Amino acid sequence: MSSRRWNAIFFVLLLIACMAGSVFFLQRVDQLRSGATLGEVLYIPSPKVLKRLSLGYSGLLADIYWTRAVQYFGGKHHEGAEHFDLLAPLLEITTTLDPQLVVAYQYGANFLAPKPPNGAGQPQRAIDLVEFGIRHNPNDWKLYYEEGFIYYTELKDYARAANAFARGSRVPNAHPFLKLLAGRMAEQAGSIETARLMWTAAYQTTQDKAIRANALAHLRALQVDEDVTTLEGLAARYKDQTGQFPSSFSQMESAGFMRGVPLDPLGRPYRLLPDGRVQVVSPDDFPFIERGTPPGYKPPATPKFLPSD
Amino acid sequence: MAAIEILGLEKTYHVGFWLKQKKLALKPLHLSVEQGEVFGFLGPNGAGKTTTLKLLMGLVFPTAGTARILGREIDDPGMKAKIGFLPEQPYFYDYLTARELLDYYGQLSGMAAKERSRKIPEMLDRVGLKDAGRVQLRKFSKGMLQRVGIAQAILHDPEVIFLDEPMSGLDPMGRREVRDLMEQLKQDGKTVFFSTHILSDAEALCDRVAVIHQGELRGVGAVAELTASVHGRVELIWQGTMIPASLAALGAECHVRGDTVRGLVSEANQEAAIEALRRERLRLISLTPVRSSLEDYYIQRLKPTEANATSVGVRS
Amino acid sequence: MTSRIRWIAANTFREAVRDRVLYNLIAFAVLMSGAAILVGQISIDIERLVVVNLGLTAVSLFGVIIAIFVGIGLVSKEIEKRTLYTVLSRPVRRWEFIVGKFFGLAGTLAVNTFFMAIGVFAAVLYVSRHFQKADGWILVALYFIVLQFVILTSLALLFSSFSSPLLSAVFAFSLFVIGSFSEDLRGFAGMTHGVTSWLATGAAYLVPNFSALNVITSVAHEQPVAGHLIFYNTAYALLYATMVLCGAVLVFQRRNLK
Repeated sequence: MSSRRWNAIFFVLLLIACMAGSVFFLQRVDQLRSGATLGEVLYIPSPKVLKRLSLGYSGLLADIYWTRAVQYFGGKHHEGAEHFDLLAPLLEITTTLDPQLVVAYQYGANFLAPKPPNGAGQPQRAIDLVEFGIRHNPNDWKLYYEEGFIYYTELKDYARAANAFARGSRVPNAHPFLKLLAGRMAEQAGSIETARLMWTAAYQTTQDKAIRANALAHLRALQVDEDVTTLEGLAARYKDQTGQFPSSFSQMESAGFMRGVPLDPLGRPYRLLPDGRVQVVSPDDFPFIERGTPPGYKPPATPKFLPSD
Repeated sequence: MAAIEILGLEKTYHVGFWLKQKKLALKPLHLSVEQGEVFGFLGPNGAGKTTTLKLLMGLVFPTAGTARILGREIDDPGMKAKIGFLPEQPYFYDYLTARELLDYYGQLSGMAAKERSRKIPEMLDRVGLKDAGRVQLRKFSKGMLQRVGIAQAILHDPEVIFLDEPMSGLDPMGRREVRDLMEQLKQDGKTVFFSTHILSDAEALCDRVAVIHQGELRGVGAVAELTASVHGRVELIWQGTMIPASLAALGAECHVRGDTVRGLVSEANQEAAIEALRRERLRLISLTPVRSSLEDYYIQRLKPTEANATSVGVRS
Repeated sequence: MTSRIRWIAANTFREAVRDRVLYNLIAFAVLMSGAAILVGQISIDIERLVVVNLGLTAVSLFGVIIAIFVGIGLVSKEIEKRTLYTVLSRPVRRWEFIVGKFFGLAGTLAVNTFFMAIGVFAAVLYVSRHFQKADGWILVALYFIVLQFVILTSLALLFSSFSSPLLSAVFAFSLFVIGSFSEDLRGFAGMTHGVTSWLATGAAYLVPNFSALNVITSVAHEQPVAGHLIFYNTAYALLYATMVLCGAVLVFQRRNLK
């Protein structure tokens, strides 16, 4: 029976060799085609047609397109891309196939609206997307929040933002901060408190890791901006009192201006410069900050606001 | 060189949901068939005849043991060119015509195109399907299928031919024709190994037979000697209607017919029986040995006695 | 050896033909003609697009159905009907049987696709009135579809060698659907961690990559297909199919034909 055994060994070896070979070529094919399947998204004339073609399995297809959208944005972000052309079509297809996939609208609000490299820079398209969502989910307060969020953060149209928050607050079981935010839009739109409230709300309204990471990054940035303003103000008062800028924070502490060494939101001490300015030690860790960066600082092409960063 | 040598072939199946139970389909079998023999493999249904044939054909793999056909291992493809096989109740590609089927099988057996085109009409003629060559097999009757089956088994002129229940499902005419074919093969010097449970065919055709039951070989031997080995009986006919008590004591079976009695006693008790009749002054009309048939041997071998379990009968 | 494989392949082809498999071409012809005529009336300027999309999708789907439905019975039918007994009692090796069956069905599908290709080009000619250079890529798309059939046939054959027709059909069809999204599966595997990552990556590379062999949409939009892609896809498909056939042979060689 040994001929049978040799035979079996031959075929097992051949199988393994072919398996290795096929994996090798598969990787080559993947490299060649990276983004090809996504690129075909542009060829879909109308998401509605796609929905009909999916023969009732549109929910599954929506999930697939949703996964593709997330991967697309993440991939492009890591490349430090300036254009995210396919994000809008991918999200539009996702939501046409499954209009109740709320996280897709939230993703659009958070990453479609902001300017590159933080997003696709298409706030109006994001608005259209969210309004489509509201039409199909009129009782989901989260979508009204997202609409107001876009108007507030990117379009700076506080009147419309207030309108959206107000509409949302009237929905049964709406989160109380909608009413709060509606009120603040009128007078205090520019205040840091409002911004903080907005980003806290953004964090709380979703479970999506990417959106949450983004919101945290913004909250940290707000904290840094506030800290830097406060610390520079204290340094200026020190100078007024003593005639010189403080050389260190411990000096300010001994003079009774503060307790302990001030730390940034990531736990690292701030740096005090001789001319009284305050900086963060690692500005790359804080995308979105407007204060506390060294002069001539250029933010990296891949800002760190996704969980994979 | 023996045509077929079976050296301890054994087959156990695992059955049951977890495949834990073992079913012994064939106990270790030792058998040998010489070239030019017609060998009958007898046994009731489920005895293991088909299992044995499938093991020899390499359709099923043995749990233990080996076998050789024409001196070569059973997985040797070169050997397979020299054997032919007809399975039980065969079914062939019904979308082919008889000619196409034989052509296909001929190709697979390694026959050249010229040889095929010559032999196929011959073969169809020989099995009595001369006019059915271009008919699709799905239109064939059972008897015709059996005949085309034999045709494919002998088409490539094999030296050893294996037939599993070749007569099954045939009418008496068909069976006669198959028997004649097998006779012809024997005259051509071929070795024929066939399984059957029709004993009259075996008795008429076979040089030697083996009896198998419940996966176990119960007896092997030449037909003539096996029938003789079962102790024969003697028929006595005497005048009158009286049955002597002493005869009954000898285990005689007696029937009264008109004014004579017919009694059967075993050969061993022949003398004692005649003596008993003489003592009673009964007139013996005839004394005839009754030759036992293969059936007697067969049925005897099927009985689950200890003797059967270990003995293998007379070997020739 | 090769002659036996050839005979078995030829017989498999003959069986498919006599089982009237090729009649599907009539349905296809009707479909293409109807589409070509209708599309001119409904939409302007994208007739070619619709005809190519519809034609190539139909070629793919028809072929997939044939590959699965015929493929699942390739071995199991022969075992069930016991026609295999008289074949294997001849000097035919078990692996030759598998390989022969494979080539028989793959050949049937290739022939089927050839005729369908004529239909597609006829329809394209009808709506466009002339051929253009970009039409050459339609041939590449058709070639990739045939590669899909090669892979699918080998899979159906593998399942047929140990499983019932119904289960084989379910497995083969599932692999076809999953394989069509295999690029997404690999992307998804890349996003997972730990043990799940190993399992998902393994599965993602083992699943047949049908998504890369589907260039219907881009060809319909007159996009070219990279030469390297043709080479890589060919190598992949042949290696993958061979791997699966090895599996089928290994399974079949150990099988007791009760």
